[in-house]
Amino acid sequence: MFESLSDRLQGALGGLKGHGKLTDTDIERVAREIRLALLEADVNFKVVKEFVARIKERALGAEVLESLTPAQQVIKIVNQELTTLMGSTANKLAFSSRPPTVVMMVGLQGSGKTTACGKLANFLLGQGKSPLLVAGDVYRPAAVDQLKALGAQLNVPVYDEGTDADPVDIAEHGVARAREDGRDVVIIDTAGRLHIDEPLMEELARIRRNVKPHNILLVVDSMTGQDAVNVAQQFQDKVDLDGIVLTKLDGDARGGAALSVRAVTGRPVKFVSTGEKLDGFEYFHPDRMASRILGMGDMLSLIEKAEQSLDAQQAAELERRLLKSQFTFDDFMDQLQQVRKMGSLQSILSMIPGLPTAKLRNLQVDDKAFDRIQAIIQSMTPEERRHPDIIGGSRRRRIAVGSGSDIQAVNQLLNQFKQMQKMMKQIGSGRMPKNPFQMFGM
Amino acid sequence: MSYNWSEVFVGVSPTAEVEPAAAREEGRKGWFRSLKEGLSRSTKALAQQLSAILVDRIDEDAWERIEEALIGADIGVSSTVAIVEKLEQMADAGEVRGPAELVAALRRVTAELFSTKDTRIDVAHSPAVILMTGVNGTGKTTTIGKIAWHLKNVGKQPLLVAADTFRAAAVEQLVEWGRRVDVDVIHQDRGSDPGAVVFDGLSAAMARGSDVVIIDTAGRLHTQVNLMRELEKMVRVIRKQVTDAPHETLITIDATTGQNGLVQARLFREAVGVTGVVLTKMDGTAKGGIAVAVSHELDLPIKLIGVGEKMTDLQPFDAAGFTELLFSDEILKAS
Ligand SMILES: Nc1nc2c(ncn2[C@@H]2O[C@H](COP(=O)(O)OP(=O)(O)OP(=O)(O)O)[C@@H](O)[C@H]2O)c(=O)[nH]1
Ligand SMILES: [Mg+2]
Repeated sequence: MFESLSDRLQGALGGLKGHGKLTDTDIERVAREIRLALLEADVNFKVVKEFVARIKERALGAEVLESLTPAQQVIKIVNQELTTLMGSTANKLAFSSRPPTVVMMVGLQGSGKTTACGKLANFLLGQGKSPLLVAGDVYRPAAVDQLKALGAQLNVPVYDEGTDADPVDIAEHGVARAREDGRDVVIIDTAGRLHIDEPLMEELARIRRNVKPHNILLVVDSMTGQDAVNVAQQFQDKVDLDGIVLTKLDGDARGGAALSVRAVTGRPVKFVSTGEKLDGFEYFHPDRMASRILGMGDMLSLIEKAEQSLDAQQAAELERRLLKSQFTFDDFMDQLQQVRKMGSLQSILSMIPGLPTAKLRNLQVDDKAFDRIQAIIQSMTPEERRHPDIIGGSRRRRIAVGSGSDIQAVNQLLNQFKQMQKMMKQIGSGRMPKNPFQMFGM
Repeated sequence: MSYNWSEVFVGVSPTAEVEPAAAREEGRKGWFRSLKEGLSRSTKALAQQLSAILVDRIDEDAWERIEEALIGADIGVSSTVAIVEKLEQMADAGEVRGPAELVAALRRVTAELFSTKDTRIDVAHSPAVILMTGVNGTGKTTTIGKIAWHLKNVGKQPLLVAADTFRAAAVEQLVEWGRRVDVDVIHQDRGSDPGAVVFDGLSAAMARGSDVVIIDTAGRLHTQVNLMRELEKMVRVIRKQVTDAPHETLITIDATTGQNGLVQARLFREAVGVTGVVLTKMDGTAKGGIAVAVSHELDLPIKLIGVGEKMTDLQPFDAAGFTELLFSDEILKAS
């Protein structure tokens, strides 16, 4: 994978031990690294140019603080600027004082609109709202069926008129239906379209004029490259966006498109979507995205996610153990059970800084494996769970028999556990709280 | 220069070439022209950009802006550097003098980066098995519809298999494509085991004597290890019935994809041995430059190009033609 910006900057400024102002040459070297890192993260090159110019300006004037190395100083500036550019705070959905609140999803083909509609409905259910989904994609084969299936899964009503009606009428009728039925949020799914498809863009503009959605959200695939600026600009011009939904963030794309889109439209990213399960949808946090684009991982997301599911005491205890690297099989078991509440283990691990995806391969936990693992752990004595090192050959055989599995499975689990312990140790020593740069060894 | 779909497939005899009624209605153009129509919007911006640069001299600024144009096409930092360095060497050696020659050289150098492997689709088996893979929403199902339509036109009898049993209404989507192109679709309920659907599909193909089996799979991120393993398992299921299959394992890559496209292709190739790439959505403004990096770095041929949502919106790929259009002559004329 790509080098993270922090590594790059350390490389560029590694020789610099002293403090004081950054010199012109330092700054040129730094600018080059930032430029490359952002380009590799798919930030549009024009956006990169402006951004780097701003960093240069700030870095030139900056007094380097006593406590920071030059590399740290630059990362701090970059991080601040990036966060400012992404919007300083999380940006929420606008709810109308006179319900129903209308949300319309727009975007290119395959960006994930229909799934995002389902996820938003689920998100709103969680907030005590009663959404109605409206099937406005009459073009793609089976798009209406897809939305209906999602609605059925969530027990949320779906308004549709098949595939022969005009999407503008469908949207209007959908909103009227919500009003009649007392649903307080309407989510309109629309067909994917190219930003240069005049008739279809005009169709969106007509829906906008007739229905006046309170939130028009552009759905953008986080794997999008340089063209994100053209797409966003056109949608912004034609329908005047209110915000952006960034999808497929559970992959390993840096997501530089978020920055491009934000820069050209001036509109905030409101939501991020991860995974295909309907609960992978949350408000966007600019600071986290900034560190993802820079390759610093998403430590904050991880901590918050863990905190939502673990109760506070448990979390504190786990943290203590992580720090001391006393991660035992009992913790592992707890974790596995929490994982089901939080989403996939992989999606959680993928937010940990500095873990290459390749390392995650052996740590996959699927649901069937879960039951097997649970059985194996339950066949261990409390002593063995606390000190897995004592589990030698004869103990392994006993555990295998006791759990109705085989010795290979026990060996595999012990190996996986050892790896996990090692990783936890890394995370434990790299935790972010006081000095966020400590984890980069600075 | 016009192309002939019977030449796009290996295993279709040229005599089997029937000018299909539907194709004639659509108006068959030379592949350059029709590709150009699909691509014109993509390339125009790049052409203008380059034409502004290449006025006269090749100065420092021009080099930097060529770099930017390449980056802006999603060709990626390392391929861009490789291309520009090569051009600089050529300029230093006096092989490239002035902007006109630079454009020609740019095309040549870029075209040479593409894999030289066969870009045709191998259907010379009975049955031939094509496995369609790729990340979510990149155009797998649509491309299958298009390929099936072309196969029918050249006299082959395809059978579609709906092994995306995961996404809501994925089965219905493929069934609808089957209806459109008048090809049978083997399917089971949502949630059933994709391996079982594949098994069924191949059995049906052999019982009916179908020529080509095209298997649709659920979109998956290359980072989802369990799902990648599921795909590997599907290949094993296929091999139990047809030992040398799949004969083609294609990955769809969306032309709007940035540098992640390279990782996608790499991990799908590691898992299931991809034989070629279908670059989709080239009818937008994205330039699809990631295809250059994918083809070059992974030695994977680009086989087909998607230029729209209709069954006719599919084109064979040709490296020289692709780069010719990416950096067109208009670069100079427009200035
Ligand atoms: N403009 C354009 N749209 C395309 C092209 N190919 C596919 N699409 C559209 O892209 C969207 C996704 O295509 P699908 O064929 O459903 O993609 P998929 O890879 O099967 O998607 P999943 O199965 O959900 O992962 C649909 O709206 C298609 O109509 C193309 O070449 N150009
Ligand atoms: Mg599909």
